[in-house]
Amino acid sequence: MSALAKKNDLDAAHFILGLSIAILVIVVAVPVLLIFLNAFWAEGKFNIVDVFAVLREPDTYQALLNSLIIASGTTLGSTVVGTFFAWLVTRTDLPFKKFMRGMFLVPFMLPSFIGALAWKMLLSPRAGYINRLFMDVFGLEAPVFNIYSYLGIVAVEVMYLFPFVFIQVCGALERMDPTLEEAARISGAGLFTITRRITIPLVLPSILSGALLIMLYSMAHFGTVAVLGIENGIYNIPTLIYERIHQSAGSFASIRTGTVLASVLVISAAFIIWLQGKVLGRGRYQIIAGKSFRPVELKLRALRWPMLGFCVLYIGVTIVLPTAVIFLVGGLKTYGLPFVSENLSLANYKFILFEYQVTKDAILNSVTLGLAAAFITMFAGVMISYVIVKMKVRGKGFLEFLGMLPFSVPGSVIALGVILAWSGKYGVNLYNTVWIILVAYIARYMAFSLKANSAALEQVHDSLMEAARACGAGMWQTLRDIVLPLVRPGMLAAFFLIFLPSLRELTVSIMLYAPTTRTIGVAIYTLNEDGETVFSAALAGIALLLIITGQTIINRVSAKYQG
Amino acid sequence: MATILVESVSKRYGKHQVLDYFSLRIEHGECFTLLGPSGCGKTVLLRLIAGFETPDSGAIRIGETVVARADNGTHLPPERRGLGVVFQDYAVWPHLSVFDNVAYPLKLAGLPKQSVRDRVLESVALVNMTGLENRLPSELSGGQQQRVALARALVARPALLLLDEPLSNLDANLREEMRFEIRELQRKLDITVLYVTHDQEIALALSDRLAILDENGILRQTGTPPEIFEHPADLFVFNFMGVANLLPARGEGKACLVGRQIFPVEPGACPDGARRLAGFRPSDVLIDRESPDGAPCLRGTVRRASFLGPVMDYLIDVDGNTLRASVDTHEALDRDRMFREGDPCVLRFRNLHWFDASDTAGKGAGA
Repeated sequence: MSALAKKNDLDAAHFILGLSIAILVIVVAVPVLLIFLNAFWAEGKFNIVDVFAVLREPDTYQALLNSLIIASGTTLGSTVVGTFFAWLVTRTDLPFKKFMRGMFLVPFMLPSFIGALAWKMLLSPRAGYINRLFMDVFGLEAPVFNIYSYLGIVAVEVMYLFPFVFIQVCGALERMDPTLEEAARISGAGLFTITRRITIPLVLPSILSGALLIMLYSMAHFGTVAVLGIENGIYNIPTLIYERIHQSAGSFASIRTGTVLASVLVISAAFIIWLQGKVLGRGRYQIIAGKSFRPVELKLRALRWPMLGFCVLYIGVTIVLPTAVIFLVGGLKTYGLPFVSENLSLANYKFILFEYQVTKDAILNSVTLGLAAAFITMFAGVMISYVIVKMKVRGKGFLEFLGMLPFSVPGSVIALGVILAWSGKYGVNLYNTVWIILVAYIARYMAFSLKANSAALEQVHDSLMEAARACGAGMWQTLRDIVLPLVRPGMLAAFFLIFLPSLRELTVSIMLYAPTTRTIGVAIYTLNEDGETVFSAALAGIALLLIITGQTIINRVSAKYQG
Repeated sequence: MATILVESVSKRYGKHQVLDYFSLRIEHGECFTLLGPSGCGKTVLLRLIAGFETPDSGAIRIGETVVARADNGTHLPPERRGLGVVFQDYAVWPHLSVFDNVAYPLKLAGLPKQSVRDRVLESVALVNMTGLENRLPSELSGGQQQRVALARALVARPALLLLDEPLSNLDANLREEMRFEIRELQRKLDITVLYVTHDQEIALALSDRLAILDENGILRQTGTPPEIFEHPADLFVFNFMGVANLLPARGEGKACLVGRQIFPVEPGACPDGARRLAGFRPSDVLIDRESPDGAPCLRGTVRRASFLGPVMDYLIDVDGNTLRASVDTHEALDRDRMFREGDPCVLRFRNLHWFDASDTAGKGAGA
């Protein structure tokens, strides 16, 4: 009987391990593998020559170059902006620091393609409100700024991506032991020397890590480039993949190009993540402790209020202005009319919420897809994290490797992989159904869930579980009574980390949608493409309201959990 | 009955052999301590007995039941071994109140509500926590959390209680108080207790018997606290049980020499040509200014004198060997034994332990 008990335990462990591996293999590994297979394997043999041929085609080559140019520009810009504001709100006596710090995190909530949409309305060369203002009122010949350009794309991406660096650097600056700086000061170093020789070297890993995160994000970013680039023929890797797959309806050549480009993305992403691990793994990062200290503050003196003015202006231009434009355009009778009260009404909002089938479907699809993806991914994530963090079974190493995969697979790659895997070639055809989008969402957001859940599980010390076993609880009872209640905050975090972004998801759904399976993101994008700018803006406004409401709820809930 | 029998148990982690054919017998109703330095495998042994680990070889029996046996893969999971465990970090579940923490084993056992309530209140009273049943662990001090862990381990009335360094996270006063309470509970409930610690003071105060493990997981000695303290089996045990002085002595003819002096010891302790170590505690050194009634003594010089409150602590040099001696402060004041640095002194010893000089496990604690 006792031997049996051991067997049951082991069986359960192996069952969980097997299930975890199966989920990751089916959802993430198979699509990625199929991409590599299609890229490097032609007519039954390994074929690298064709890969280079594809990469040498002018279009593909240009797309690769564009991805690199845009990503570099965005990374550089975001790093400068993010580091500067981080320093300002942690190390100076800027007025209303706490409030400003919160404001700098707002861009996280704003989907960048909605931002891009807003800037298009403001700065498109002919129709943009700002350009028109200058041309009509001040009689300028040419538009002030053409947003359909590299600079425009980079500027918009910087506006909505810089918080990645901002958060990392803020954290590092706050957790840095001030005695390190005080020691330098006692040794006779001036503030400038301290900053250059002590502070910057110490926070450099955080800056670099944030920069690499942005690099990764921007390389694979679809929305902004799609909204602002295509007009002027600027394609990056994800937009070119979309263009090819979308227009050719799955021809062999386009799949080929798509998979080769996707492979480039996966490999660069893996490289960036490896580099980030190197940067963070370096010993000097250890000096930054987990505790919070009260750092030395630089007195801004006469610059105090002007600096605040600058911050407020920045927030006003990058957040308030675009958001206002979205809501205002959403209220217009026709796009292009001036914003005066007789042109504005809530009619569009009423129409897209209650009458227009396309947008009604989109909202319903996004909400159900988001809820379903969040639920499934949350539970799958907690199970997989449990195996990785807590269980001692053979074969765990393979799962750990699989668990890393979701972090390095960009959205457009997942979409393409999912098309390859689930279009009937292997017996299951989900193409043109919501299910294919659901599968892709699960793959895309698995990384969030794994991160949140493993962090929560690491807080649950092994002895808490062993204590339950000693009290007479079996493995499942321990999970139910002890582990699950303790990781509930992590699971809840995972749920919202998935549900909210999925409401505005564009990159994956744009490649997978069918006429009845549009999501909010797709609907906003296609309405804009079709020239239905006011409906597009109104729907974007609704999406923003949904996101802001959701975020407020999360903040409330997490504040409650932290006591 | 909860006699624990550990038979030829081995356990290794990767390349590190923690336990190698280890055997031990713990009798029913005794309070038994596993004492050893950190990394000696004492916690591993406790975890093997609890069922959190499985042995690579050998068998473990609790009472009549074989709970683990490597050769046929027998492994009774921890929840079916009927034991209570208290962990070093308390492991009190942070999401449950004191009451719910303690009630958990009973709820699992399916006891009716009223008797769960009675038993929990009884257990909580046993550890002097009455009135705090509705608190959450975050509202308790470390000592209180440890009491909750104790109550939880005892509530199902296990025949065997395992404690893994449960007091090492507590401050000194609380530690002292808790160790008496554990002892009292063990007697009151007539259970077998296995206590794991690296603190020899707790081990001596708490145990009926104790076992001493060295850093390689080898059992050096088992016995009652007085046996271990008064008759250490070897240099390791002697060193581990407290501050140890070791004087290297050599036999020359009939005499025993320390440095250039004759060491007055009983005949046969250090035969001709032998090199041995004489071990003794600081409290076993009798220090005087002059030899009383001319008896043979070792001569030394006081190198350091420290006032420690109840005792005076001296560091003494004897022909290049340093040793420590302690004298009761009142005695020192009354009988002119307040030495200052540089003062000459004479030394006699009681209760010498002799060890082979080749025994490498010894490190003099004098300096």
